[in-house]
Amino acid sequence: MNRYLVQRVGFVLLVLVTLIVVVPILLVVGVIVVRGIEAISWEFLTGMPRNGMKAGGIFPAIVGTLLLILGTALAAIPVGVGGAIYLSEYAPDSWFTRAIRLAIINLAGIPSVVYGLFGLGLFVLFLQFGTSILAGSLTLAIMTLPIIISASEEALLVVPTEFRTVSFSLGGTRWQGIRNVVLPQALPGIITGVILGLLRAAGETAPILFTVAAFYLPRLPHSPFDQTMALPYHLYVISTQVPGMPLEIQYGTALVLLALVLSMSILATIIRSYYRRRRQW
Amino acid sequence: MADPKIRIQDVSYAYDGKPALRDVTLDVPANAVTVLFGPAGGGKTTLLRLINRLNDLVEGSSWSGHILLDGQDIYAPGVDVTRLRRRVGMVFALPLPLPGTIRGNVLYGPKLAGLRDRTRLEDILLRSLTQAALWDEVKDRLDEPANALSGGQQQRLCIARSLALEPEVLLLDEPTSGLDPISTGKVEESLFELKQDYTIVIVPHSVQQAARVADFAAFFLMGDLIEHRPGTEVFTAPRDQRTEDYVTGRFG
Repeated sequence: MNRYLVQRVGFVLLVLVTLIVVVPILLVVGVIVVRGIEAISWEFLTGMPRNGMKAGGIFPAIVGTLLLILGTALAAIPVGVGGAIYLSEYAPDSWFTRAIRLAIINLAGIPSVVYGLFGLGLFVLFLQFGTSILAGSLTLAIMTLPIIISASEEALLVVPTEFRTVSFSLGGTRWQGIRNVVLPQALPGIITGVILGLLRAAGETAPILFTVAAFYLPRLPHSPFDQTMALPYHLYVISTQVPGMPLEIQYGTALVLLALVLSMSILATIIRSYYRRRRQW
Repeated sequence: MADPKIRIQDVSYAYDGKPALRDVTLDVPANAVTVLFGPAGGGKTTLLRLINRLNDLVEGSSWSGHILLDGQDIYAPGVDVTRLRRRVGMVFALPLPLPGTIRGNVLYGPKLAGLRDRTRLEDILLRSLTQAALWDEVKDRLDEPANALSGGQQQRLCIARSLALEPEVLLLDEPTSGLDPISTGKVEESLFELKQDYTIVIVPHSVQQAARVADFAAFFLMGDLIEHRPGTEVFTAPRDQRTEDYVTGRFG
Protein backbone atom coordinates (compact mmCIF):
# COMPACT_ATOMS: atom_id res chain seq x y z
CA MET A 1 0.00 0.00 0.00
CA ASN A 2 1.50 3.35 -0.86
CA ARG A 3 1.47 6.16 1.64
CA TYR A 4 -1.26 8.19 -0.08
CA LEU A 5 -3.58 5.24 0.10
CA VAL A 6 -2.69 4.81 3.79
CA GLN A 7 -3.56 8.45 4.35
CA ARG A 8 -6.88 8.09 2.58
CA VAL A 9 -7.88 4.96 4.46
CA GLY A 10 -6.85 6.60 7.74
CA PHE A 11 -8.90 9.66 6.92
CA VAL A 12 -12.01 7.62 6.18
CA LEU A 13 -11.58 5.69 9.43
CA LEU A 14 -11.34 8.91 11.41
CA VAL A 15 -14.53 10.24 9.82
CA LEU A 16 -16.28 6.99 10.71
CA VAL A 17 -15.13 7.18 14.30
CA THR A 18 -16.38 10.75 14.53
CA LEU A 19 -19.75 9.67 13.17
CA ILE A 20 -19.95 6.88 15.73
CA VAL A 21 -19.65 9.56 18.39
CA VAL A 22 -22.11 12.01 16.88
CA VAL A 23 -24.82 9.73 15.52
CA PRO A 24 -26.05 8.29 18.84
CA ILE A 25 -26.33 11.80 20.29
CA LEU A 26 -28.37 12.99 17.33
CA LEU A 27 -30.52 9.82 17.51
CA VAL A 28 -31.24 10.23 21.22
CA VAL A 29 -32.11 13.90 20.85
CA GLY A 30 -34.06 13.25 17.67
CA VAL A 31 -36.17 10.42 19.07
CA ILE A 32 -36.94 12.33 22.25
CA VAL A 33 -37.91 15.47 20.37
CA VAL A 34 -40.06 13.66 17.81
CA ARG A 35 -41.89 11.45 20.29
CA GLY A 36 -42.02 13.97 23.11
CA ILE A 37 -43.16 17.04 21.23
CA GLU A 38 -46.79 15.92 21.03
CA ALA A 39 -46.99 15.69 24.82
CA ILE A 40 -45.88 19.27 25.23
CA SER A 41 -48.78 21.59 25.91
CA TRP A 42 -49.47 24.49 28.21
CA GLU A 43 -51.28 22.15 30.56
CA PHE A 44 -48.39 19.66 30.54
CA LEU A 45 -45.89 22.37 31.49
CA THR A 46 -47.98 24.23 34.06
CA GLY A 47 -50.45 21.66 35.36
CA MET A 48 -50.39 19.33 38.35
CA PRO A 49 -50.12 15.61 37.71
CA ARG A 50 -53.44 13.81 37.96
CA ASN A 51 -54.72 10.25 37.98
CA GLY A 52 -51.57 8.72 39.46
CA MET A 53 -49.36 10.80 37.14
CA LYS A 54 -50.94 9.18 34.09
CA ALA A 55 -52.53 12.49 33.12
CA GLY A 56 -52.10 16.15 33.76
CA GLY A 57 -48.82 18.05 33.87
CA ILE A 58 -45.37 17.96 35.40
CA PHE A 59 -45.33 21.48 36.84
CA PRO A 60 -44.17 20.46 40.34
CA ALA A 61 -41.25 18.51 38.89
CA ILE A 62 -40.15 21.49 36.77
CA VAL A 63 -40.42 23.88 39.72
CA GLY A 64 -38.66 21.36 41.96
CA THR A 65 -35.73 21.02 39.60
CA LEU A 66 -35.45 24.80 39.18
CA LEU A 67 -35.51 25.22 42.97
CA LEU A 68 -32.82 22.57 43.36
CA ILE A 69 -30.65 24.34 40.76
CA LEU A 70 -31.15 27.62 42.63
CA GLY A 71 -30.34 26.07 46.00
CA THR A 72 -27.31 24.31 44.59
CA ALA A 73 -26.09 27.57 43.05
CA LEU A 74 -26.53 29.50 46.30
CA ALA A 75 -24.53 26.91 48.22
CA ALA A 76 -21.92 25.92 45.66
CA ILE A 77 -20.95 29.21 43.97
CA PRO A 78 -19.62 31.12 47.00
CA VAL A 79 -17.78 28.11 48.37
CA GLY A 80 -16.49 26.91 45.00
CA VAL A 81 -15.35 30.27 43.65
CA GLY A 82 -13.95 31.26 47.03
CA GLY A 83 -12.01 28.01 47.23
CA ALA A 84 -10.68 28.48 43.72
CA ILE A 85 -9.53 32.03 44.52
CA TYR A 86 -7.74 30.73 47.59
CA LEU A 87 -6.07 27.89 45.71
CA SER A 88 -4.96 29.94 42.71
CA GLU A 89 -4.16 33.32 44.28
CA TYR A 90 -3.25 32.80 47.91
CA ALA A 91 -2.30 29.23 48.70
CA PRO A 92 1.40 28.45 48.82
CA ASP A 93 2.52 25.37 46.93
CA SER A 94 2.76 22.94 49.83
CA TRP A 95 1.87 19.33 50.57
CA PHE A 96 -1.35 20.63 52.09
CA THR A 97 -2.58 22.41 48.95
CA ARG A 98 -1.43 19.51 46.79
CA ALA A 99 -3.53 17.22 49.00
CA ILE A 100 -6.51 19.54 48.56
CA ARG A 101 -6.13 19.50 44.77
CA LEU A 102 -5.82 15.72 44.78
CA ALA A 103 -8.96 15.47 46.90
CA ILE A 104 -10.86 17.72 44.51
CA ILE A 105 -9.87 15.63 41.51
CA ASN A 106 -10.93 12.47 43.31
CA LEU A 107 -14.22 14.01 44.42
CA ALA A 108 -15.07 14.57 40.78
CA GLY A 109 -14.75 10.83 40.17
CA ILE A 110 -17.02 9.61 42.95
CA PRO A 111 -20.24 7.99 41.70
CA SER A 112 -23.25 10.20 42.26
CA VAL A 113 -25.10 7.57 44.30
CA VAL A 114 -22.34 7.83 46.90
CA TYR A 115 -23.05 11.56 47.18
CA GLY A 116 -26.69 10.64 47.65
CA LEU A 117 -25.91 8.32 50.55
CA PHE A 118 -23.53 10.90 52.02
CA GLY A 119 -26.27 13.54 51.84
CA LEU A 120 -28.71 11.15 53.45
CA GLY A 121 -26.32 10.50 56.31
CA LEU A 122 -25.14 14.07 56.88
CA PHE A 123 -27.96 16.41 55.95
CA VAL A 124 -31.13 14.33 56.22
CA LEU A 125 -30.30 12.31 59.33
CA PHE A 126 -27.42 13.82 61.29
CA LEU A 127 -28.29 17.50 60.77
CA GLN A 128 -32.00 16.59 60.76
CA PHE A 129 -32.93 18.64 57.71
CA GLY A 130 -35.18 15.73 56.78
CA THR A 131 -35.93 14.79 53.19
CA SER A 132 -36.01 18.35 51.94
CA ILE A 133 -35.00 20.82 49.26
CA LEU A 134 -32.32 22.07 51.63
CA ALA A 135 -30.77 18.62 52.05
CA GLY A 136 -31.03 17.90 48.33
CA SER A 137 -29.51 21.22 47.30
CA LEU A 138 -26.59 20.81 49.68
CA THR A 139 -25.97 17.25 48.45
CA LEU A 140 -26.01 18.44 44.84
CA ALA A 141 -23.79 21.36 45.80
CA ILE A 142 -21.14 19.06 47.22
CA MET A 143 -21.26 16.98 44.07
CA THR A 144 -20.94 20.15 41.96
CA LEU A 145 -18.10 21.75 43.92
CA PRO A 146 -15.20 19.90 42.25
CA ILE A 147 -16.41 21.01 38.82
CA ILE A 148 -16.81 24.63 39.88
CA ILE A 149 -13.50 24.74 41.75
CA SER A 150 -11.48 23.16 38.94
CA ALA A 151 -13.01 25.34 36.23
CA SER A 152 -12.67 28.54 38.29
CA GLU A 153 -9.10 27.80 39.29
CA GLU A 154 -8.24 27.15 35.66
CA ALA A 155 -9.89 30.41 34.61
CA LEU A 156 -7.94 32.36 37.25
CA LEU A 157 -4.63 30.73 36.39
CA VAL A 158 -4.77 31.67 32.71
CA VAL A 159 -4.96 35.39 33.56
CA PRO A 160 -1.32 36.44 33.01
CA THR A 161 0.72 37.13 36.15
CA GLU A 162 1.74 40.52 34.78
CA PHE A 163 -1.72 41.92 35.49
CA ARG A 164 -1.26 41.12 39.17
CA THR A 165 2.23 42.66 39.14
CA VAL A 166 0.89 45.86 37.56
CA SER A 167 -1.80 46.12 40.20
CA PHE A 168 0.78 45.60 42.95
CA SER A 169 3.05 48.21 41.39
CA LEU A 170 0.21 50.74 41.55
CA GLY A 171 -0.10 50.28 45.29
CA GLY A 172 -2.84 47.68 45.23
CA THR A 173 -3.21 44.98 47.82
CA ARG A 174 -3.41 41.39 46.64
CA TRP A 175 -7.17 41.38 47.09
CA GLN A 176 -7.62 44.68 45.23
CA GLY A 177 -5.74 43.20 42.29
CA ILE A 178 -7.86 40.06 42.35
CA ARG A 179 -11.09 41.98 42.73
CA ASN A 180 -10.44 44.66 40.09
CA VAL A 181 -8.18 43.04 37.53
CA VAL A 182 -8.03 39.25 37.78
CA LEU A 183 -11.64 38.30 38.58
CA PRO A 184 -13.23 40.36 35.79
CA GLN A 185 -11.01 38.62 33.27
CA ALA A 186 -11.59 35.18 34.75
CA LEU A 187 -15.34 35.66 35.07
CA PRO A 188 -16.38 34.14 31.72
CA GLY A 189 -14.48 30.96 32.53
CA ILE A 190 -15.91 30.87 36.02
CA ILE A 191 -19.46 31.40 34.78
CA THR A 192 -19.00 28.64 32.23
CA GLY A 193 -17.74 26.26 34.90
CA VAL A 194 -20.59 27.16 37.22
CA ILE A 195 -23.20 26.54 34.54
CA LEU A 196 -21.66 23.21 33.57
CA GLY A 197 -21.63 22.19 37.23
CA LEU A 198 -25.24 23.20 37.77
CA LEU A 199 -26.21 21.44 34.57
CA ARG A 200 -24.85 18.21 35.93
CA ALA A 201 -26.72 18.80 39.18
CA ALA A 202 -29.94 19.42 37.25
CA GLY A 203 -29.81 16.06 35.51
CA GLU A 204 -28.76 13.81 38.38
CA THR A 205 -31.15 11.31 39.95
CA ALA A 206 -29.11 9.41 42.51
CA PRO A 207 -28.10 12.30 44.79
CA ILE A 208 -31.71 13.48 45.15
CA LEU A 209 -33.17 10.00 45.50
CA PHE A 210 -32.74 9.81 49.27
CA THR A 211 -32.44 13.48 50.09
CA VAL A 212 -35.32 15.39 48.54
CA ALA A 213 -37.25 13.71 45.76
CA ALA A 214 -40.93 12.93 46.26
CA PHE A 215 -42.49 10.03 44.37
CA TYR A 216 -45.81 11.78 43.86
CA LEU A 217 -46.55 15.17 45.35
CA PRO A 218 -49.02 17.17 43.29
CA ARG A 219 -48.42 20.53 44.95
CA LEU A 220 -45.64 23.10 45.10
CA PRO A 221 -43.21 23.18 48.05
CA HIS A 222 -43.70 25.92 50.63
CA SER A 223 -40.33 26.03 52.36
CA PRO A 224 -36.77 24.73 51.99
CA PHE A 225 -37.72 21.96 54.39
CA ASP A 226 -40.37 20.55 52.05
CA GLN A 227 -39.91 17.65 49.73
CA THR A 228 -40.41 18.21 46.06
CA MET A 229 -40.75 16.33 42.84
CA ALA A 230 -37.87 16.75 40.41
CA LEU A 231 -37.56 16.05 36.70
CA PRO A 232 -34.87 13.34 36.65
CA TYR A 233 -36.44 11.35 39.45
CA HIS A 234 -39.92 11.84 38.05
CA LEU A 235 -38.70 10.49 34.74
CA TYR A 236 -37.23 7.47 36.49
CA VAL A 237 -40.49 6.89 38.37
CA ILE A 238 -42.82 7.14 35.42
CA SER A 239 -40.53 5.06 33.23
CA THR A 240 -39.98 2.17 35.60
CA GLN A 241 -42.22 2.32 38.67
CA VAL A 242 -45.72 2.98 37.34
CA PRO A 243 -47.32 0.34 35.14
CA GLY A 244 -49.44 1.49 32.24
CA MET A 245 -47.86 4.92 31.99
CA PRO A 246 -48.60 6.58 28.62
CA LEU A 247 -45.41 6.69 26.54
CA GLU A 248 -45.93 10.27 25.43
CA ILE A 249 -45.81 11.54 29.02
CA GLN A 250 -42.50 9.76 29.48
CA TYR A 251 -41.06 11.22 26.30
CA GLY A 252 -42.53 14.63 27.10
CA THR A 253 -40.84 14.65 30.49
CA ALA A 254 -37.56 13.57 28.95
CA LEU A 255 -37.87 16.37 26.40
CA VAL A 256 -38.42 19.01 29.08
CA LEU A 257 -35.40 17.81 31.03
CA LEU A 258 -33.31 17.67 27.87
CA ALA A 259 -34.39 21.17 26.82
CA LEU A 260 -33.53 22.55 30.25
CA VAL A 261 -30.06 20.99 30.29
CA LEU A 262 -29.30 21.79 26.65
CA SER A 263 -30.34 25.41 27.01
CA MET A 264 -28.00 25.80 30.00
CA SER A 265 -25.22 24.21 28.01
CA ILE A 266 -25.82 26.50 25.04
CA LEU A 267 -25.89 29.52 27.34
CA ALA A 268 -22.49 28.50 28.71
CA THR A 269 -21.10 28.17 25.18
CA ILE A 270 -22.43 31.58 24.18
CA ILE A 271 -20.95 33.30 27.22
CA ARG A 272 -17.61 31.65 26.63
CA SER A 273 -17.33 32.53 22.95
CA TYR A 274 -18.61 36.08 23.49
CA TYR A 275 -15.95 36.88 26.06
CA ARG A 276 -13.22 35.01 24.24
CA ARG A 277 -13.56 37.39 21.31
CA ARG A 278 -13.26 40.40 23.61
CA ARG A 279 -10.23 39.10 25.46
CA GLN A 280 -7.05 41.09 24.92
CA TRP A 281 -4.45 38.34 25.37
CA MET B 1 25.98 66.53 46.85
CA ALA B 2 22.77 66.64 48.88
CA ASP B 3 21.51 63.50 50.59
CA PRO B 4 20.61 60.90 47.99
CA LYS B 5 16.96 60.12 47.37
CA ILE B 6 17.70 56.39 47.34
CA ARG B 7 20.69 54.78 49.00
CA ILE B 8 21.48 51.20 48.06
CA GLN B 9 23.91 49.58 50.50
CA ASP B 10 25.75 46.27 50.03
CA VAL B 11 22.85 44.63 48.23
CA SER B 12 23.35 41.02 47.18
CA TYR B 13 20.58 38.97 45.67
CA ALA B 14 20.17 35.39 44.50
CA TYR B 15 17.46 33.46 42.71
CA ASP B 16 17.45 29.81 43.76
CA GLY B 17 21.03 30.12 44.94
CA LYS B 18 22.20 31.72 41.67
CA PRO B 19 23.63 35.17 42.44
CA ALA B 20 22.05 38.04 40.49
CA LEU B 21 23.61 40.96 42.36
CA ARG B 22 26.84 41.07 44.36
CA ASP B 23 27.53 43.76 46.98
CA VAL B 24 26.03 46.63 45.07
CA THR B 25 26.28 50.05 46.69
CA LEU B 26 24.80 52.97 44.82
CA ASP B 27 23.37 56.41 45.62
CA VAL B 28 20.55 57.74 43.47
CA PRO B 29 20.23 61.54 43.57
CA ALA B 30 16.86 63.28 43.48
CA ASN B 31 15.58 65.12 40.40
CA ALA B 32 17.92 63.40 38.00
CA VAL B 33 17.88 60.47 35.62
CA THR B 34 20.00 57.57 36.82
CA VAL B 35 20.61 54.92 34.21
CA LEU B 36 21.31 51.28 35.07
CA PHE B 37 22.85 49.73 31.97
CA GLY B 38 24.84 46.77 30.80
CA PRO B 39 24.34 43.45 29.02
CA ALA B 40 21.43 41.14 29.85
CA GLY B 41 21.71 39.18 33.08
CA GLY B 42 23.55 41.96 34.87
CA GLY B 43 20.99 42.36 37.64
CA LYS B 44 19.57 45.72 36.53
CA THR B 45 15.92 44.68 36.55
CA THR B 46 16.42 42.81 39.81
CA LEU B 47 17.75 45.95 41.45
CA LEU B 48 14.91 48.02 40.02
CA ARG B 49 12.33 45.63 41.42
CA LEU B 50 13.99 45.66 44.81
CA ILE B 51 13.45 49.41 45.07
CA ASN B 52 9.66 49.09 45.19
CA ARG B 53 9.66 45.61 46.71
CA LEU B 54 8.10 43.83 43.75
CA ASN B 55 10.65 41.09 44.39
CA ASP B 56 8.78 40.28 47.60
CA LEU B 57 6.51 38.24 45.33
CA VAL B 58 9.31 36.05 43.97
CA GLU B 59 9.57 32.68 45.67
CA GLY B 60 12.93 31.07 46.23
CA SER B 61 14.98 34.26 46.36
CA SER B 62 17.31 35.44 49.06
CA TRP B 63 19.05 38.74 49.55
CA SER B 64 20.98 40.91 51.95
CA GLY B 65 21.78 44.58 52.30
CA HIS B 66 19.77 47.74 52.82
CA ILE B 67 17.77 50.07 50.61
CA LEU B 68 16.98 53.48 52.06
CA LEU B 69 14.41 55.91 50.68
CA ASP B 70 14.91 59.39 52.18
CA GLY B 71 17.01 57.70 54.83
CA GLN B 72 14.32 55.18 55.80
CA ASP B 73 14.92 51.45 55.34
CA ILE B 74 12.11 50.32 53.01
CA TYR B 75 12.49 46.72 54.19
CA ALA B 76 12.19 47.60 57.87
CA PRO B 77 9.40 45.76 59.68
CA GLY B 78 6.20 47.77 59.78
CA VAL B 79 6.73 49.46 56.41
CA ASP B 80 3.42 49.67 54.52
CA VAL B 81 4.33 48.06 51.19
CA THR B 82 1.33 49.43 49.30
CA ARG B 83 2.23 52.95 50.47
CA LEU B 84 5.84 52.41 49.45
CA ARG B 85 4.72 51.37 45.97
CA ARG B 86 2.65 54.52 45.65
CA ARG B 87 5.79 56.54 46.44
CA VAL B 88 7.93 54.48 44.06
CA GLY B 89 6.16 53.93 40.74
CA MET B 90 7.17 51.39 38.13
CA VAL B 91 6.82 51.18 34.35
CA PHE B 92 7.43 47.79 32.76
CA ALA B 93 9.07 46.75 29.51
CA LEU B 94 5.84 45.63 27.90
CA PRO B 95 2.98 48.11 28.13
CA LEU B 96 0.10 46.28 29.76
CA PRO B 97 -3.09 48.32 29.98
CA LEU B 98 -5.51 46.97 32.54
CA PRO B 99 -8.87 45.89 31.12
CA GLY B 100 -11.08 48.95 30.81
CA THR B 101 -10.92 52.50 29.63
CA ILE B 102 -8.07 54.99 29.34
CA ARG B 103 -9.55 56.94 32.22
CA GLY B 104 -9.92 53.78 34.30
CA ASN B 105 -6.27 52.89 33.76
CA VAL B 106 -4.94 56.26 34.84
CA LEU B 107 -7.19 56.46 37.88
CA TYR B 108 -6.72 52.84 38.97
CA GLY B 109 -4.04 53.62 41.58
CA PRO B 110 -5.66 56.72 43.10
CA LYS B 111 -9.00 54.92 43.37
CA LEU B 112 -7.42 51.93 45.10
CA ALA B 113 -5.82 54.37 47.51
CA GLY B 114 -9.35 55.51 48.39
CA LEU B 115 -9.60 58.78 46.48
CA ARG B 116 -13.23 59.45 45.51
CA ASP B 117 -13.37 63.23 44.94
CA ARG B 118 -14.42 63.72 41.29
CA THR B 119 -12.71 67.05 40.66
CA ARG B 120 -9.43 65.84 42.14
CA LEU B 121 -9.60 62.67 40.03
CA GLU B 122 -10.18 64.79 36.91
CA ASP B 123 -7.20 66.96 37.86
CA ILE B 124 -5.03 63.88 38.24
CA LEU B 125 -6.21 62.56 34.89
CA LEU B 126 -5.31 65.79 33.10
CA ARG B 127 -1.99 66.25 34.89
CA SER B 128 -0.74 62.66 34.48
CA LEU B 129 -1.66 62.35 30.82
CA THR B 130 -0.10 65.74 30.10
CA GLN B 131 3.11 64.82 31.90
CA ALA B 132 3.29 61.58 29.93
CA ALA B 133 2.85 63.56 26.69
CA LEU B 134 -0.34 61.71 25.84
CA TRP B 135 -3.11 64.17 26.67
CA ASP B 136 -3.50 65.73 23.21
CA GLU B 137 -3.82 62.33 21.58
CA VAL B 138 -6.45 60.91 23.92
CA LYS B 139 -8.36 63.88 25.35
CA ASP B 140 -11.40 63.15 23.16
CA ARG B 141 -11.47 59.41 23.81
CA LEU B 142 -10.85 59.01 27.52
CA ASP B 143 -13.66 56.49 27.86
CA GLU B 144 -12.53 54.22 25.06
CA PRO B 145 -10.83 50.89 25.79
CA ALA B 146 -7.17 51.37 26.63
CA ASN B 147 -6.05 48.46 24.48
CA ALA B 148 -7.27 50.28 21.35
CA LEU B 149 -4.26 52.60 21.68
CA SER B 150 -1.07 52.02 19.70
CA GLY B 151 1.92 50.42 21.43
CA GLY B 152 3.66 53.75 21.95
CA GLN B 153 0.52 55.34 23.31
CA GLN B 154 -0.04 52.37 25.61
CA GLN B 155 3.43 52.77 27.10
CA ARG B 156 2.86 56.46 27.73
CA LEU B 157 -0.49 55.51 29.26
CA CYS B 158 1.40 53.18 31.60
CA ILE B 159 3.71 56.05 32.52
CA ALA B 160 0.68 58.27 33.14
CA ARG B 161 -0.83 55.50 35.25
CA SER B 162 2.24 55.50 37.49
CA LEU B 163 2.38 59.31 37.61
CA ALA B 164 -1.24 59.44 38.72
CA LEU B 165 -0.11 58.33 42.17
CA GLU B 166 2.21 61.35 42.39
CA PRO B 167 5.17 59.13 43.19
CA GLU B 168 8.50 60.53 44.31
CA VAL B 169 10.50 58.00 42.36
CA LEU B 170 9.75 56.56 38.94
CA LEU B 171 11.37 53.26 37.95
CA LEU B 172 11.37 52.39 34.27
CA ASP B 173 12.38 48.94 33.04
CA GLU B 174 13.25 49.16 29.33
CA PRO B 175 10.16 51.29 28.75
CA THR B 176 10.83 51.70 25.04
CA SER B 177 11.91 48.18 24.11
CA GLY B 178 8.79 47.54 22.04
CA LEU B 179 8.44 51.01 20.55
CA ASP B 180 9.26 52.64 17.24
CA PRO B 181 11.84 55.49 17.18
CA ILE B 182 9.22 58.26 17.16
CA SER B 183 7.41 56.90 20.19
CA THR B 184 10.75 56.28 21.86
CA GLY B 185 11.66 59.90 21.27
CA LYS B 186 8.42 61.05 22.88
CA VAL B 187 8.98 58.89 25.94
CA GLU B 188 12.56 60.16 26.29
CA GLU B 189 11.39 63.76 25.94
CA SER B 190 8.85 63.26 28.67
CA LEU B 191 11.67 61.97 30.91
CA PHE B 192 13.43 65.32 30.58
CA GLU B 193 10.28 67.05 31.74
CA LEU B 194 9.62 64.56 34.51
CA LYS B 195 13.00 64.77 36.17
CA GLN B 196 12.18 68.31 37.30
CA ASP B 197 9.72 66.79 39.75
CA TYR B 198 10.73 63.16 40.11
CA THR B 199 13.68 60.97 40.78
CA ILE B 200 14.04 58.68 37.81
CA VAL B 201 15.81 55.32 37.60
CA ILE B 202 15.73 53.74 34.19
CA VAL B 203 17.03 50.56 32.62
CA PRO B 204 17.46 51.68 29.01
CA HIS B 205 17.07 49.31 26.08
CA SER B 206 20.33 50.33 24.40
CA VAL B 207 23.65 51.97 25.16
CA GLN B 208 22.69 54.83 22.85
CA GLN B 209 19.56 55.48 24.86
CA ALA B 210 21.56 55.26 28.05
CA ALA B 211 23.90 57.95 26.74
CA ARG B 212 20.99 60.16 25.61
CA VAL B 213 19.08 60.25 28.87
CA ALA B 214 21.66 59.70 31.62
CA ASP B 215 22.53 62.30 34.22
CA PHE B 216 24.19 59.49 36.11
CA ALA B 217 25.06 56.09 34.75
CA ALA B 218 25.77 52.81 36.51
CA PHE B 219 27.28 49.96 34.50
CA PHE B 220 26.33 46.44 35.60
CA LEU B 221 28.06 43.27 34.46
CA MET B 222 27.09 39.81 35.68
CA GLY B 223 25.72 41.10 38.98
CA ASP B 224 28.58 43.48 39.73
CA LEU B 225 28.39 47.26 39.67
CA ILE B 226 31.46 48.14 37.61
CA GLU B 227 31.30 51.91 37.67
CA HIS B 228 28.88 54.65 38.60
CA ARG B 229 29.53 58.28 37.70
CA PRO B 230 27.94 61.21 35.87
CA GLY B 231 26.67 60.11 32.49
CA THR B 232 28.91 62.31 30.39
CA GLU B 233 31.98 60.81 32.04
CA VAL B 234 30.88 57.20 31.80
CA PHE B 235 30.12 57.46 28.10
CA THR B 236 33.04 59.66 27.03
CA ALA B 237 35.80 58.64 29.41
CA PRO B 238 35.02 55.37 31.11
CA ARG B 239 37.48 54.41 33.82
CA ASP B 240 37.05 50.67 33.68
CA GLN B 241 38.22 48.73 30.64
CA ARG B 242 35.05 46.59 30.70
CA THR B 243 32.83 49.69 30.64
CA GLU B 244 34.80 51.07 27.72
CA ASP B 245 34.55 47.78 25.83
CA TYR B 246 30.80 47.69 26.31
CA VAL B 247 30.17 51.37 25.57
CA THR B 248 32.24 51.21 22.39
CA GLY B 249 30.44 48.08 21.29
CA ARG B 250 33.26 45.58 21.63
CA PHE B 251 30.90 43.16 23.39
CA GLY B 252 27.27 43.03 24.48
